Amino acid sequence: MNDLLRFITCGSVDDGKSTLIGRLLWDTGSLPEDHIATLHKDSRAHGTQGEGLDYALLLDGLQAEREQGITIDVSYRFFRTARRKFIVADTPGHEQYTCNMATGASGAELAVILIDARKGVLTQTRRHSRIVHMLGIRHVVIAINKMDLVDWSEQRFADIERDYRAFAHDLDFTSISFIPLSALNGDNLISSSSAAPWYQGPSLLGCLEAVHIDNEQSADFRMPVQWVNRPNLDFRGYCGRIAAGSIAPGDAVRVLPSGATAHVQRIVSMDGDLPHAECGQSVTLTLAEEVDISRGDVITSIDTPVECADQFEVRLLWLSEKPLVAGRSYELKLHHQRANATITSIKYELDINSGAHLSARSVSRNTIAVVNLSVNRALPFESYARNRTLGGLILVDRLSKETVAAGMIHFALRRSSNIHWHSLDVDREARQQQKQQQARCVWFTGLSGSGKSTIANLLEKRLHAAGRHTYVLDGDNLRHGINRDLGFTEADRVENIRRVAEIARLMTDAGLIVLVSLISPYRADRDLARGLLPAGDFLEVFVDTPIAVCEQRDPKGLYAKVRSGVIKNFTGIDSPYEAPLQPELRINTTETSAPEAAEMIAALIAQERKPA
Amino acid sequence: MSLSQLQKLEAESIQIFRETVAECARPVMLYSIGKDSTVLLHLARKAFYPARLPFSVMHIDTTWKFREMIAFRDRVAREAELDLIVYTNPQGQAEGINPFDHGSSYYTDVMKTQALKQALDQHGFTAAFGGARRDEEKSRAKERIYSMRAAGHRWDPKAQRPELWSLPNLQLQEGDSMRVFPLSNWTEADVWQYIAQEQLDIVPLYFAKERPVVQRNGAWIMVDDDRMRLNPGEVPQQRLIRFRTLGCYPLSGAIDSTATTLEEIVNETLSSRQSERQGRAIDHDGAGSMERKKQEGYF
Repeated sequence: MNDLLRFITCGSVDDGKSTLIGRLLWDTGSLPEDHIATLHKDSRAHGTQGEGLDYALLLDGLQAEREQGITIDVSYRFFRTARRKFIVADTPGHEQYTCNMATGASGAELAVILIDARKGVLTQTRRHSRIVHMLGIRHVVIAINKMDLVDWSEQRFADIERDYRAFAHDLDFTSISFIPLSALNGDNLISSSSAAPWYQGPSLLGCLEAVHIDNEQSADFRMPVQWVNRPNLDFRGYCGRIAAGSIAPGDAVRVLPSGATAHVQRIVSMDGDLPHAECGQSVTLTLAEEVDISRGDVITSIDTPVECADQFEVRLLWLSEKPLVAGRSYELKLHHQRANATITSIKYELDINSGAHLSARSVSRNTIAVVNLSVNRALPFESYARNRTLGGLILVDRLSKETVAAGMIHFALRRSSNIHWHSLDVDREARQQQKQQQARCVWFTGLSGSGKSTIANLLEKRLHAAGRHTYVLDGDNLRHGINRDLGFTEADRVENIRRVAEIARLMTDAGLIVLVSLISPYRADRDLARGLLPAGDFLEVFVDTPIAVCEQRDPKGLYAKVRSGVIKNFTGIDSPYEAPLQPELRINTTETSAPEAAEMIAALIAQERKPA
Repeated sequence: MSLSQLQKLEAESIQIFRETVAECARPVMLYSIGKDSTVLLHLARKAFYPARLPFSVMHIDTTWKFREMIAFRDRVAREAELDLIVYTNPQGQAEGINPFDHGSSYYTDVMKTQALKQALDQHGFTAAFGGARRDEEKSRAKERIYSMRAAGHRWDPKAQRPELWSLPNLQLQEGDSMRVFPLSNWTEADVWQYIAQEQLDIVPLYFAKERPVVQRNGAWIMVDDDRMRLNPGEVPQQRLIRFRTLGCYPLSGAIDSTATTLEEIVNETLSSRQSERQGRAIDHDGAGSMERKKQEGYF
């Protein structure tokens, strides 16, 4: 039996949570006499019970709460019986204060959910049940309160139980108990009441004393490093609270994310070295080997390390008034790690009432949603279901520093499930935006020696100087690498152009301005390239130089070789060149200098994309 | 084997100390010499052993503490090699603000609340540990373990940060600061049981002994030095008393007790029908007085 039970009271506003706890404190004799005297005084001043005592005033410790007769924030109270000690968090019922309710619930092992017998199961009952469930509480007590106001109707009790069970069907609570009671009158609170002879179950206190909380914890050792203690050069201790398993000197451990291994040398404490330490203890470990360990690393048993990942599926409770919008970046805190986090997509929002998955573009306050989260580096973690310490996280707004969400890791996203992220979020548009330019493919076609490469290189220099991101694909250069298996037959020429066109397509998708310099004699092949690219992105530039001029320039000495018969299948000589019919630009190099041509093309690129 | 209640509380408090030191730029520990401060200091030393405390320990001296408290403070500071800061509000001291002429409320504001804010500001501390517990008083029952204070050290009880699991958000905007309460989940009985378990040295005023007292408003007030103003006809009497909580001597009521050992104190605490702070005059300066003091920056 646990010696301490931490529980919360929750449920809709005015269901009598504070009254229930106040009365419980009263009936268990937990109130000092001077507090009782104060209660008598306060009940007359602020009470809502006429001449009677207003037990809620014992809990509502804030002036505003007493004045408004509501609970705003969590109140923690302590009491004990012969069988158990209790810490109860009385949480507010108003939807507005859901974040405070979650604060109380995150540390609890059991929830007492109140329902007003007159009102039955309300939206807020369901909201709190879902939050309690999502935070991992597996034991709930449904306290059906104010039974005196429905004449202790067995039928009413049965109806509410049936409604709640129908709702909670898909929540895997370990235990659900239903108790009819009147908190105000103390019926079925600490002992069974004669008011409901049809009810054979335990009183609320009897139930709280008897419930067995099974802390299913993995036995594998896990300790997130909270603080590295280095008082001098001779001592290096790793401090943290053990999140699972136990440890002893000599045990072999692994450190994540580095994966380094070592042995525990000592468990250091002010009371002398410990022979062994277990889950829940705050300890200081020293290691026999020198390993680089920082705050946020996780020390685990050597054979059962935790995973590291940078993308997760996470269940979020959104707490901020500013709604969650996918794509925004927050600071994440996961155990002792801090990282930059982006919510890459909202998978669905949970319908509080039905549990249905709703598609959502944004998530508002007090809503539960499942999202994909991406962080800027791999973090050691476990799923929240497996380990709360290593799977619970918060998100913090960078500017206002407010806590905007509580999150529970479901699992890490594997590569296969990342395709979504790749195709959806960082697309060509995003890359173009990052580079602040329109991606283009400028396709230079023309005879050998016509001046394609000269103009392309000039143009690239000019664009580069203007801060554009560019790349020149030169046909001759590509033939040294990716196309070196190709010759000059028609088939090989076609394949040559297909490959270059595909590369140009990838590069424009990467957001670049690609300058292709390629004789590309066949119209059909150039059209193929044009077809691979989004309409308007392909700019065909015909570098129109008479073959006589080309032969005269002959920068690579190729025409000479053709004339001497060394080279066959040469475009314009013994292989055809099909001049473009409607190029985006035609440059007559006998009239236009190369710098002028570059200038003209730059102007063309700068134009808005032509519609298809 | 599972941890005992006190082991769990100890582990949680140590975790709170380490987390704050890891994330806050300039932490300090408020030390008020009493039993809670004694436990707080002990836990802090455990958290960082074998290193020395990575922060200073500060006492706000109202000049009206029991003499035995000051002697105890100086001995502890020496033995534990503390970096002790003692601060008194200089204006308050110059004006001779005292609980007799100025009333407990004004006196507390000037010599404790204002003094504390001055000291925190002067040193630029961004986080201050305090020994407050949630079971002490109902507005304290409402406070977070990591409690954010806006500029001017104001506590806004209606806008506290969510605090999930043991995962505090300790990030601050310029001018904000944190009050951190590692003993939040301890009860008075836990504190005494821990003092007994760890054999901690405490101010002797906690043990019953014959002391000179006068009765004021139903409480025994100890005549600790000759600054105590006696009312006409009031004669100090020797009485077997001890203190459940220690503050400024003219404002701390003693209880009748024969408890001279820690074991006897634990038993007395567990069976008491009066609350711990019942003898504290300042808690009763009007309804919601503790909450108001806290909003103004009191611990």
